[in-house]
Amino acid sequence: MDPPPPPAIPREAWEGCSVLLDINDGDRLAFFRLTPAATVKIGNKTCSLQPLAGRPFGSLFSVGADGLVPCAAADAPSRDDSMQDGADGQAQDETRDNRSLVDNNTAQNLSSDDIEAMKRDGATGDEIVEALIANSSTFGKKTVFSQEKYKLKKQKKYAPKVLLRRPSTRSICETYFKKSPARIGFMRVDTLSLLLSMANIGPYSDVLVVDMVGGLIVGAVAERLGGTGYVCSTYLGTVPSSIDIIRMYNLSSDMVSRIVQVPLSELCSMQSSGNTPLVLNGSTEGEVVEPVVVQDEDAQASLAQAVDTADEKAQLSTEQTTEMEVSKPSLDVQDENSSFECKGGDGDSIASKSKPGKAPSPEKMKYWNEHGFSSLIVAAPGHEVESFVADLLPLLSYSAPFAIYHQYLEPLAKCMHTLQVSKRAIGLQLSEPWLREYQVLPSRTHPHMQMNAFGGYILSGIRIQSEQVSHQ
Amino acid sequence: MMVPLAPADKPTSPRRIAEGDTVVVYERHDAMRAVAVRAGGVLQNRFGVFRHDDWIGLPFGSKVFSTAGGGGAGRGGGGKGGGSGKAGGGFVHLLVPTPELWTLVLSHRTQILYIADISLVVAYLELVPGCVVLESGTGSGSLTTSLARAVAPHGRVHTFDFHEQRAASAREDFERNGLSNLITVNVRDIQGEGFPEEHRAASDAVFLDLPQPWLAIPSVSLMLKQDGVLCSFSPCIEQVQRACEAMRSCFTDIRTFEILLRTYEIRDGALKSGTADEEATVGPLPQKRRKFTASGEKMGYAQSNSSILVRPCSTAKGHTGYLTFARLRVSDSQTES
Repeated sequence: MDPPPPPAIPREAWEGCSVLLDINDGDRLAFFRLTPAATVKIGNKTCSLQPLAGRPFGSLFSVGADGLVPCAAADAPSRDDSMQDGADGQAQDETRDNRSLVDNNTAQNLSSDDIEAMKRDGATGDEIVEALIANSSTFGKKTVFSQEKYKLKKQKKYAPKVLLRRPSTRSICETYFKKSPARIGFMRVDTLSLLLSMANIGPYSDVLVVDMVGGLIVGAVAERLGGTGYVCSTYLGTVPSSIDIIRMYNLSSDMVSRIVQVPLSELCSMQSSGNTPLVLNGSTEGEVVEPVVVQDEDAQASLAQAVDTADEKAQLSTEQTTEMEVSKPSLDVQDENSSFECKGGDGDSIASKSKPGKAPSPEKMKYWNEHGFSSLIVAAPGHEVESFVADLLPLLSYSAPFAIYHQYLEPLAKCMHTLQVSKRAIGLQLSEPWLREYQVLPSRTHPHMQMNAFGGYILSGIRIQSEQVSHQ
Repeated sequence: MMVPLAPADKPTSPRRIAEGDTVVVYERHDAMRAVAVRAGGVLQNRFGVFRHDDWIGLPFGSKVFSTAGGGGAGRGGGGKGGGSGKAGGGFVHLLVPTPELWTLVLSHRTQILYIADISLVVAYLELVPGCVVLESGTGSGSLTTSLARAVAPHGRVHTFDFHEQRAASAREDFERNGLSNLITVNVRDIQGEGFPEEHRAASDAVFLDLPQPWLAIPSVSLMLKQDGVLCSFSPCIEQVQRACEAMRSCFTDIRTFEILLRTYEIRDGALKSGTADEEATVGPLPQKRRKFTASGEKMGYAQSNSSILVRPCSTAKGHTGYLTFARLRVSDSQTES
């Protein structure tokens, strides 16, 4: 009898995997790789990440005297605590308001020295929070909601919690969008989800991708292919753009082996051999053209990537530098410093033999030249797209869907117009997704006060045969 | 194949349209339909009469013409180059059915989910190939089809509906679309009975589209693997509030969203310059493009042809429903060292 297949989703963290740490309920997010030397700094304490290995994703940890300690979910910040007092609490609250609460810093009787003394005596974070509440002269006058907020705020400071999250397309995109959106061309998670659906990403697809958003798309497509099909990441010029973000995804070696990189000029020249030579409209530059916006904001990242690529070539599988978090206060997400490659889902610490980004075999190139790709996703948020979409479309099979992302409307409008006039695509749609999050709590339901107003634009369509059809 | 199940089914394989295939006939961006190809079959629409026999053997993505009145090869009259859409020279395109196209052409037995909600659900439920996902209600199978693609080739979608007739129609659709190996359809009242015991602790994700989802939440908490994701879709905020209330004891990370798509339309034309003598109008622009003023001066249309104007479409969906996502809490026994 065959052994059961490995579960589709690993539910526990393993040695060497990539994890997403959520500190204090979203206040701070960062990717880490669970190597023996990995640490995280919380407040002024540096904690080893070893206690996380083998723990289920979704586990919560508190900061104890000796570092991270698993804590029960019941201790989790009481964001979910509804009013346990029910009717009593409500009745009392209706008589409470803040007319006599004056914010002049005199409400708290404990001084910072008192608190330091408590810490030295070994008081836990929660005990300190209780003491603060007990010593607040205004606490009792607040509404229940206000009391909850106060308690939460103190807990975050004195009893921080670390949530172990599993990196997935959704959490990786959301984290980058929150922390360094320019890196991913301001692509919001709903926009990314739409690209994947519109391009019909499914098993056994041969997906052509132009990914200038750090590898977010390549990783997402590889995840959805699940080890079948191919992601052919193509690039203008001679140097591939960085796809380092795929390392956050914990892709299995099967999935990684499906990722290939090839210059657009090669795909086009295969196409045109035997036909009239194809003019490459936008792709004659010799150097890779990185979007200006990204370069400005992430010079640090580019530098780290360059170092990383060199190390990868040296295949250092025992490298111990594993901290993926740069201690720049404004940029918590920094994931390229690790040169330690680990793609195996079984705790294997040897770098995967099949590296992502290798060139496709001649057989594959020939196959794609004859049959085309099954779909196309373009994310080049700093580029004019009209010209290289013109080069990319002939590489698709007939009836293949495509989805083009951009952070500006005009390039997509121009592209849409050109496609309409040339009649090479149908079902053209230029859309902008709108996403609004709600706070849903008893008597406190309303949309979030903060809202992101922009997540990008998408031009989608289907490639068709543009010549007449013979009936015979 | 709407969802390939083996390498031979891959979308780029050199398949031709054959009898028995389902094709999506694309007439216009807002007019498409699914047609089962059969020998001798005929499609009649505003563009003419189309014979299925003409389609067999063609690649998907082909453009096909209607037979002109009185038979013939459909090229009657001169100059069909590029398809001008002249009366009698009608054409359509034959497309491969995908879950997205299926959502646009399927027969609505119930209100359905559209691509914006569907895509967010698939991404937020963190579905990857091999996952097991439970769904209730099945409705018209719009979301179900996309769920199947997300978990294919080895995953499973178990969908439940309390309406026997609708369950049967959905089962037929999935059969015709080649999805029966991926989707099981069951008749069951999930609100009243919960999900079946056999799925306990075996599901990676659960999707609910029920009138009273809070009744099903306790059962969901038993079906999900740890850290598994639940999604509940409800049109009304009161339903959302009650569902979230029910989730609090066993679920964490409870988030509620609305997603809508705004579409844009483009126009090739230039706006009139400020020196125009005529009154500005808001009518169609291109006709006025080449007019001159009385003095014979051009009206400032000296710009290049690349003036594409773009603005949002005035019609839009205002609301479909609220999507609430939540993760099953890791149980306390897991956190004890």
